[in-house]
Amino acid sequence: MSAPSIFTRPARLAVIAPYLWMALFFLVPFAFVLKISMSQTAIAQPPYTPVFDLTAGWEAIKAAFAALSADNFRLLVSDDLYVLSYLRSLVVASVSTAILLAIGYPIAYGMARLPRRWQSVAVMLVIVPFWTSFLIRIYAWINILQHDGLLNQVLLALHLVSAPVVWLSTDSAMYLGIVYSYLPFMILPLYATLAKLDPALLEAASDLGSSPARAFWLVTFPLSLPGVAAGALLCFIPIVGEFVIPDLLAGSDSLMIGQTLWLEFFTNKDWPVASAAAVVLLLLLLAPLLLYDRLQRRQLEAR
Amino acid sequence: MTDDAAKAAWDADSARPEPQPAADVPLLRIDAVVKKFGAFRAVDRLSLDIRAGEFFALLGPSGCGKTTLLRMLAGFETPDQGRILLDGKDIAQVLPHQRPVNMMFQNYALFPHLNVRDNIAFGLKRAGMPRPQHDTRVAEMVALVKLEGLEKRKPDQLSGGQKQRVALARSLARRPQVLLLDEPLAALDKKLRESTQLELMELQRRLGLTFIIVTHDQEEAMTVAGRIGVMDAGRLEQVATPRELYEAPGSRWVAEFVGDVNLFEGQVEQRENSRLAIATRDAGTVFVAEPRQPVTKASVCVAIRPEKVKLSRRGPASDAVNARAINRLDGVVTDVGYLGGLTTYKVKLDSGAVLRSSMANTARLDLDAYSPGQRVVAWFTPDDCVVLEQ
Amino acid sequence: MMARGSNKLSPFNITALALGFSFLYLPIVILVIYSFNASRLVTVWGGWSLRWYVEFFNDRAMLDAAWMSFRVAASSATLATLLGTLAAVALSRGANFRGRALFSGMLYAPLVMPEVITGLSLLLLFVALDAERGFWTVTIAHTTLTLCFVAVVVQSRLGALDPTLEEAAMDLGCDPLRAFLAATLPLILPSIAAGWMLAFTLSLDDLVIASFTTGPGSSTLPIRIYSEVRLGVKPEINAICTLIIGAIAVVIVGASLAAKLSDARGESAAPL
Repeated sequence: MSAPSIFTRPARLAVIAPYLWMALFFLVPFAFVLKISMSQTAIAQPPYTPVFDLTAGWEAIKAAFAALSADNFRLLVSDDLYVLSYLRSLVVASVSTAILLAIGYPIAYGMARLPRRWQSVAVMLVIVPFWTSFLIRIYAWINILQHDGLLNQVLLALHLVSAPVVWLSTDSAMYLGIVYSYLPFMILPLYATLAKLDPALLEAASDLGSSPARAFWLVTFPLSLPGVAAGALLCFIPIVGEFVIPDLLAGSDSLMIGQTLWLEFFTNKDWPVASAAAVVLLLLLLAPLLLYDRLQRRQLEAR
Repeated sequence: MTDDAAKAAWDADSARPEPQPAADVPLLRIDAVVKKFGAFRAVDRLSLDIRAGEFFALLGPSGCGKTTLLRMLAGFETPDQGRILLDGKDIAQVLPHQRPVNMMFQNYALFPHLNVRDNIAFGLKRAGMPRPQHDTRVAEMVALVKLEGLEKRKPDQLSGGQKQRVALARSLARRPQVLLLDEPLAALDKKLRESTQLELMELQRRLGLTFIIVTHDQEEAMTVAGRIGVMDAGRLEQVATPRELYEAPGSRWVAEFVGDVNLFEGQVEQRENSRLAIATRDAGTVFVAEPRQPVTKASVCVAIRPEKVKLSRRGPASDAVNARAINRLDGVVTDVGYLGGLTTYKVKLDSGAVLRSSMANTARLDLDAYSPGQRVVAWFTPDDCVVLEQ
Repeated sequence: MMARGSNKLSPFNITALALGFSFLYLPIVILVIYSFNASRLVTVWGGWSLRWYVEFFNDRAMLDAAWMSFRVAASSATLATLLGTLAAVALSRGANFRGRALFSGMLYAPLVMPEVITGLSLLLLFVALDAERGFWTVTIAHTTLTLCFVAVVVQSRLGALDPTLEEAAMDLGCDPLRAFLAATLPLILPSIAAGWMLAFTLSLDDLVIASFTTGPGSSTLPIRIYSEVRLGVKPEINAICTLIIGAIAVVIVGASLAAKLSDARGESAAPL
């Protein structure tokens, strides 16, 4: 039985305002992205043609439709710069997600095994950095990683290196920044599933003759897979479109798609190409997005 | 305030005239009500009359529709068809907050952010009762359920039994015409449940209110209720007093659902001296008293409660045999279950069927107790049998 | 739960936790310490000093940006809390209304949607509508993003709530709206407060969406910080960052107090 019917009607009235808001400011804008991705760049304000003018009459609108073309998409496919950005984004996101899982899982597992009252403290400790500014956390790493930064000072003092190592503007710095920033997003869903596991299951497994390691692989890990999926998607999808971290920490010789898009938009003022890049990015992320939507819905609504 | 004082205050403050309809007009009439969830008929053309001042129990297995019926009386579900008449007015479509009916929830549904006092006062505030009256009423209710001194506690600082009392006080505070109780004692342990059952009865009798309780616990239903409606698959199987339900079940399903029973299928063979002879496969010919309503079908079922089946080593004394045609069956004891007050036996009859018997342990030392493997005679009188049509 | 019974923390667990938490906190601690460094060179320790804080409070442009960020965060968080709570109520109490799948999709997608896409699409909308870009466009953009977070936080609390409480309130004479206000709202208030604070900090934090949707002359604090950081490390930035961290710490203490309050009422703490 779902919610009692007498509450259903008033609750449905509540949807109107947020529904209209999200339709206007989340859904409709994609139509504009799509339209402008098929327009031509122009030195004008706004910097693209055709501009739809609904007051100009039916013929003008038809002409404007006729002027739309897939040229920008052809450019994206033919130019190595774009293809390489997409590839790099996918590779960076996959590698980062794998590292995040490898680091996040032991932490989440440790948290789930803490005494009950310490668990909420640990959850708080994971959440706090998530509340602190993203930008500040990246900036904190620039402090540490720069040429005469703390890391090099420590390494030099310990005589581990003879000359300062270049950390900034490298892929290692970027991966470090990504892992650092997204770690809470990985830990929290993992912890949420691990903490819900009944300890009696592990006791049953050992009672039936499994060593602790086997019990982990046969019981704990399979049951934590929904958390693994949620954490991986929660990290993978935004990392593909990441801009700030690669921009501040990685070198400028190869770009992620978020950077390319930003560059086209802000530096080259080529809005149509930037829009086309966004459309392709969205298409690439469609499958993981739908998967994430299903997971989220199951978690929040199937009770 | 003592109980009597609470009762006196209650009586004195009864501004609303007590509903006293003529004896033949029920307070609550449920008329051919249907409730569907998708294709599933939770309540299926059910009709039932409940009189003012009655303590009525709806009994049935889980999923039988009893809670849905109760929720329709409270207004949380609306019937797809049929009428619900309260005092002659159809309330089927009236919203819960506009009905003179209150409900005590299974999990109590106490507001966790309000203390005992505010929980009880919640409904009074909605009714716009003036402050002094409202304070008196709350004090009265607190006294009624014996919660004095706990008024400032929050629900999570109360024991299960205390929460149950707050819920009861809260649902009684508005003086509903009908109080609905949804498995009100399910969360209490056995001892507490039994004493609370008695208190509920006492309360209902003193206040003269109409109580409708939903339960799956037949002992509870039999203890508290004057009448019981047994439900299965959205329909009422039988509405009767507890004794009638047990001693004269209306159908094979009711006989099996309420208490334990031995059942023998057979054919009516002969009819003489207000007695039927029924040929059964498992128990030979069984003599039963002819029921008030004549048996119309040939194929019937004989039901005997285990405690009506007596065991002996040689059979009943001969004068008893002469007095009534006694049914006697030979067999071997296979199982003995000692339950304290009584002992249950399973007897394997020579036909291969198993007969259950239970006997009260009336003496502390019973040297004659039967043990497995022992041959016995099981016997019962025709009056102890009930004939049920298939 | 897992800590009970035979499950003890292994040395492996302890190492993972210790390393994990120092990784999360060490950089922030270092940043805070260096904000009190007297030396102009960020990396050389020149003794304790507050001069970079003084510098910040004399930096007109930075202060303007901070004020702008604060206004945007406060108004967008308030708007988002209102809309997000409504959305959560509709999703958890509204059963299967038409367009529900689309609605929940629109709510969950922005949680993970790359910010460049959200920012770009909103900008194109504002340009098409010929809206003047500045405070209001950034506020709308941030509301759109953060109302989804509020909705998720409030929805998970609503889902965990006993639905019979509202029924009990109705049974005792409340109409459906008053039943919600009397029985449910007090219980989800801590989550709504947590949702507001989350929305506030997310807005305060955002660089990408604000960069797309703001107009000339109205920079937010992250936009200012970003342009400074691109030029290299400056001690003044450390000071600003420390101030922001302090402000957020205040907000978090408020959030955990709200959670304590709801704990005292016998409920579980709000998530996030």
